Amino acid sequence: MRNRVLINRVAGCGLVLFLAGCALKPSQQATLYDRLGGNEGVTAIVDNLLYELAGNEKLIGFFEETDINRFRTKLIEQLCEVSDGPCRYSGDSMAKAHSNMTLNRSHFDSLVNDLIAAMDANDTPVAAQNDLLARLVPMYDEVMHPQKYLSDADQY
Amino acid sequence: MFKAVFILLALSCAASVGIAQEASKILGTSALQQIEGAGGGGIVPWATIGGYGSEGEWGGAASAGGVQVSDLVLDAGGVLIGWNNRVEVSFMQQTLQVNELSSGPFDAVIQQHIYGAKVRAFGHLIYEPWPQISVGVQQKLNLNPNIPIDVLGADSDRGTDIYVSASKLWLHALAERNLLLNVTARYTNANQNGLLGFGNGDGSDYRWVAEASAGVFLNHHWAIGGEYRQQPDRLASVDESPWWDAFVAWFPSKRIAVVAAYVDLGTVALWDEQRGGYVSIQITN
Repeated sequence: MRNRVLINRVAGCGLVLFLAGCALKPSQQATLYDRLGGNEGVTAIVDNLLYELAGNEKLIGFFEETDINRFRTKLIEQLCEVSDGPCRYSGDSMAKAHSNMTLNRSHFDSLVNDLIAAMDANDTPVAAQNDLLARLVPMYDEVMHPQKYLSDADQY
Repeated sequence: MFKAVFILLALSCAASVGIAQEASKILGTSALQQIEGAGGGGIVPWATIGGYGSEGEWGGAASAGGVQVSDLVLDAGGVLIGWNNRVEVSFMQQTLQVNELSSGPFDAVIQQHIYGAKVRAFGHLIYEPWPQISVGVQQKLNLNPNIPIDVLGADSDRGTDIYVSASKLWLHALAERNLLLNVTARYTNANQNGLLGFGNGDGSDYRWVAEASAGVFLNHHWAIGGEYRQQPDRLASVDESPWWDAFVAWFPSKRIAVVAAYVDLGTVALWDEQRGGYVSIQITN
């Protein structure tokens, strides 16, 4: 009898711990947005990236007619959304944003280098850097071949 | 030997200064000059085009290194040039020596020259969902074929390897790190990669062998991994076993790369359990 009570208690405790564990888990999993440093971190990364781009002879020409303040705001929004932050990207599609540019892979490589440098300058951990890059790289095709996506959109 | 390597390094430095305007690939994705001169890991050629040249750019590398196992020492030095992340040409000089106490009938030096070319067929290492696929060729010329042919019974002093490689870097893939996998299929008759000649005297000849590499970038500058390389095992006189390695690569900047590895070459000619170290330094553009 006593044993049965003990077993019940142990089982009960186990169940409580298990449920508590389940309940705790989601709150322990920080979003990538948090790991990038939230609004402050993402803003700093974008500002660092703008500094990098300003000194990048390969890419600076593409920004000649860009409204840098708008670009900054939209990019912060976009990185926030991509990293599961509380934002909604309100800018143009990647296809539309890059439709007037003739880009090749060296431009894309160069931008990735600048983004990595921007994250390094903000002491972003490598794991979070890799996560963000992994979420941005699928945009490669739309950035490099915007016409493909624009003509699709025009049909609708 | 070392004189030749230094001359190569000097030439390559001069060349890389000449073409050093832009080289945009991501740090580490230049890969390394493997033991036969192609861009790759330590012993396996990868689908990557050597150097940091992206589309419309030149890249290049010069390396000097060596393998020291129980009874053998292999020095290797070479250069490669990559263009447009599309085409790679390479040269490597290898010198094999037997340790004094182990020499016996091998009291000699065996030198080999390897001329390589590789073309990226399609895909991109990082950006596209499918792997980067390249096709390569290695023309090998053994300069001291007496021992391979007269003593070991090899068929020829020269051979041409053909290979197909598939490489892919997955971002944020393993413990939140970037993971590189490569598989290579090679059509070859090279005994111990040509140092022991090509084929067997009875005419048994080319066959397909499998090679593979896996590596993880711990951060921007450090990678660890391992490689496997099957060998054709054509000589009737001596056994040949697969090669293995476990490596650490360091990319302090886009200019320099250093790789150190533990290698297991298995049985080489008269000597079994040939295990030891591999070190190579590369200057890259």
